[in-house]
Amino acid sequence: MDAIPPHMRPERSFQGFILALQRFWADQGCVILQPYDMEMGAGTFHPATTLRALGPRPWKAAYVQPSRRPKDGRYGENPNRLQHYYQFQVIIKPSPPDLQELYLKSLAAIGIDAGLHDIRFVEDDWESPTLGAWGLGWECWCDGMEVSQFTYFQQVAGVECAPVAGELTYGLERLAMYVQGVDRVYDLNFNGRDGAERVTYGDVFLQAEQEYSRHNFEYSDAEMLFQQFAMAEQACRKYLAAGWKDGGNRREHLMALPAYDQCIKASHVFNLLDARGVISVTERQSYIMRVRELAKACGEAWVHTEAGGAS
Amino acid sequence: MPDLLFELFSEEIPARMQARAADDLRRMVTDRLVAEGLVYEGAKAFATPRRLTLTVHGIPARQSDLKEERKGPRVGGPEAAISGFLKATGLTSLDQAKIQRDPKKGDFYIALIEKPGRATLDVLADILPVIIRTFPWPKAMRWGERSARAGALQWVRPLHAIVATFGMETEEPEVVKFAVDGIAAGQTTYGHRFMAPAPINVRRFEDYAAKLVDAKVVLDAERRKDIILTDARQLAFAQGFELVEDQGLLDEVAGLVEWPVVLMGSFDPEFLSIPGEVIRATIRTNLKCFVVSDPSTGKLTNKFIPTANIEASDGGKAITAGNERVIRARLSDAKFFYATDLKTKLEDRLPKFDSIVFHEKLGTQGERIVRIELLTAEIAPLVGADVEKAKRAARLAKADLLTEVVGEFPELQGLMGKYYALAQGEDASVAAASEEHYKPQGPADRVPTDPVSVTVALADKIDTLAGFWAIDEKPTGSKDPYALRRAALGVIRLILENALRLSVLKTAGAAVRGLQGPATRHPVVDSDKLAADLLAFFADRLKVQLREQGARHDLVDAVFALGGQDDLLMVVRRVEALGQFLDSDDGKNLLAGTKRAANILRIEEKKDGRTFDGAPDASLYGLAEEKTLAKAIAQVTQDAGAAVAKEDFAGAMGAMAKLRPAVDAFFDKVKVNDDDPKLRENRLKLLNEIRAATRAVADFSRIEG
Repeated sequence: MDAIPPHMRPERSFQGFILALQRFWADQGCVILQPYDMEMGAGTFHPATTLRALGPRPWKAAYVQPSRRPKDGRYGENPNRLQHYYQFQVIIKPSPPDLQELYLKSLAAIGIDAGLHDIRFVEDDWESPTLGAWGLGWECWCDGMEVSQFTYFQQVAGVECAPVAGELTYGLERLAMYVQGVDRVYDLNFNGRDGAERVTYGDVFLQAEQEYSRHNFEYSDAEMLFQQFAMAEQACRKYLAAGWKDGGNRREHLMALPAYDQCIKASHVFNLLDARGVISVTERQSYIMRVRELAKACGEAWVHTEAGGAS
Repeated sequence: MPDLLFELFSEEIPARMQARAADDLRRMVTDRLVAEGLVYEGAKAFATPRRLTLTVHGIPARQSDLKEERKGPRVGGPEAAISGFLKATGLTSLDQAKIQRDPKKGDFYIALIEKPGRATLDVLADILPVIIRTFPWPKAMRWGERSARAGALQWVRPLHAIVATFGMETEEPEVVKFAVDGIAAGQTTYGHRFMAPAPINVRRFEDYAAKLVDAKVVLDAERRKDIILTDARQLAFAQGFELVEDQGLLDEVAGLVEWPVVLMGSFDPEFLSIPGEVIRATIRTNLKCFVVSDPSTGKLTNKFIPTANIEASDGGKAITAGNERVIRARLSDAKFFYATDLKTKLEDRLPKFDSIVFHEKLGTQGERIVRIELLTAEIAPLVGADVEKAKRAARLAKADLLTEVVGEFPELQGLMGKYYALAQGEDASVAAASEEHYKPQGPADRVPTDPVSVTVALADKIDTLAGFWAIDEKPTGSKDPYALRRAALGVIRLILENALRLSVLKTAGAAVRGLQGPATRHPVVDSDKLAADLLAFFADRLKVQLREQGARHDLVDAVFALGGQDDLLMVVRRVEALGQFLDSDDGKNLLAGTKRAANILRIEEKKDGRTFDGAPDASLYGLAEEKTLAKAIAQVTQDAGAAVAKEDFAGAMGAMAKLRPAVDAFFDKVKVNDDDPKLRENRLKLLNEIRAATRAVADFSRIEG
């Protein structure tokens, strides 16, 4: 830690905090990926998690994923609710026997001392109806605050995980707020500098929160979104159908990733429609099911690709 | 005798599953031991967040040897029978069999099979892995590299180590040798995750429990609860406050820690402007902390009590500060929700209910609220409630379901409605009904008494029942997804405990009419039948209810068999009076007499294919006993009728008792089936009069005994 300059210390800067986590997981042999270039509701949607969790090949990755939750927008007025925030995602397949210990060490790396704080693993069964996925694990608490999600994936995209992958999701803003000791997300020090050089989270994102809240709740073009949903759904099915090598023998698939992009797209468009309040309770269920069907079909295709397959 | 120590050490087991799992472990192991002929002296199981532990003491070191004689074929019997006998008994030749002499049937072979008992250590090595593999966790998972293989072990969370030792107190115990999915049983466990993570070598339960305490693990959940409760009370008391006790929370917290360390924190007193229940729900649900009240006011104070799992290096300052920050954020949310809720009047929330489906076939919540309000207007006068207040209460009672606070904490439904109603200046009874109309929720719940609450509670439940009856979603067997039995029992308790006079048929009829109004999509076809069906359901629930209170269910049947009995209070009064009457000699004898009369009538009616209704002809009475009986019947009919009219059922029974000597004397002296058909008919008519007279209170033919 001594080598770290003050402005990069995890307790002083948001970016330093992220870099500390990346460094820690890089040291565990993870590939450090960059965010996926599409809008999604959670880091789990990244193909590096959803698809790579499937199939027998070992896989270790860590990355930051901007997560969009259109419904959670509060026009920048709530101290800790955002429609766009960062998740830090770690996926390790097969789950190592010491994953809990690794997780605790990662907390130490960002300045949370387990001898001083009360860290707890509290039951939380994870389920994603849109991804056709479930797993068992915990919410990880630090002094009563939920700071991470810890899951052993049992099933993803309707496919049994064999072997099981372990997934960690850190809520970055919340953890950084704790470590920096601020009560309002917008007060987070982003770059670790003081005085005129200091850039806060609010400097970077407050205006975006206001604008997107306006967009998500009041002005998003519902008509267009409905069409986009249908288009993404059709495109996904089309690519999946076209991807089977040598026609329909369903032994090898060559386009699982592009098809899955359309599934991600459909899911995000659904979230936008939901935030806009144009989907009724009954319709809601059917949209979720439609996305799940896409996810399942993509999972099925993925396990017939080179990276997802047995051969 | 030797003891078994068995520990399954894993990643954190959900708090809610621990107690059950400890029980299951004890049951499964001891059941298998007994099935193996190994009777033990005692067993106790424990659970912490990271381990299930079982100690069984006083298990025999070996199974006893089994000696068994098995009868075989007769000497010189067919070849096939003899070879089958050898095969079944494991004998290599007939020389190993004994010959049993039997001069009558002929000599036959006997095989002496000796099954030597196995060492318990070996038996345990067989049964323990099976128990691990078949353990009934509510939800189990796979993990790690082995999860890719077929038949991989499933456990509630990854299993890391197994301790299994067996031996005498005086000797070094032996490890039970087995492995499950690569985890070999041994003598190594681990202490507290943070305070004593090093491996610990254990021998048997006594040193195991002691070493765990040294390693900052309190094995026994009851002990952990004791510590938490005692320390929490103490901390509160030291500041002149009182712990708000909460058994469910205590159970959960004890399942979240291996080494409870109770702390106390505080929050900004300005949050005390939020209703205490909201503060408590916020702190309980989100942080699993206890709250504290001031005994002088009975109200919450700005203190809370977290239970940490660690003796922190700074004495818990950072932990307390962290919890305080989370609580501040959560209470800010709660305060914001509460303040936001207060800005909207309850009635202004109602239009939203029009777009919320209550049940696909029963329309929206909005339609349901309209129905409840209409029904409330019908019921209010019967309950003695002010009709306008009751209607107002019905209109507002559900409105809090759309508030932020109830969205966050569904368990506060009703209660928040009361707060918001009072805040907007509603009448106290109207406000109270928001909370009270959900009651009683179960047999142990309080029954409301304020007439406005009672009215809305009845209307709410009867609408639910009528609705689900109308769409044929009645409870069947163990399935009652809409809790309709509970609703019916609620109605019964509301009526009985408030001594209400209510015609179930009329009220159900009104509810059914409500369904047929504009506020429904599926009009009911036969409303009379539906109301009658519902009454039968109430009768069933009432029977269950009375039986639980010790009343005889046949008496309930006897009263309902009169027909038209839909005033539940009167039904119960009749049943009570009837029960007391039947406990007396007069009652028993009169019952015997009426039963005899009824039996004779049944037989003769069947024989003649007719009934013997109608008044007997007084001029045909030849015997004094006939005249006396006729007179008694007339008198009793009049007296009992008058008493029933006054709802004096005990009085009616008293009147009925006077019938007894006349009935007894009649059966003693009078031959019913006289040779003269006219006399016979007249006497049968007289018997019929007995039956008719007793029907003033109940159908005696339905009474058993």
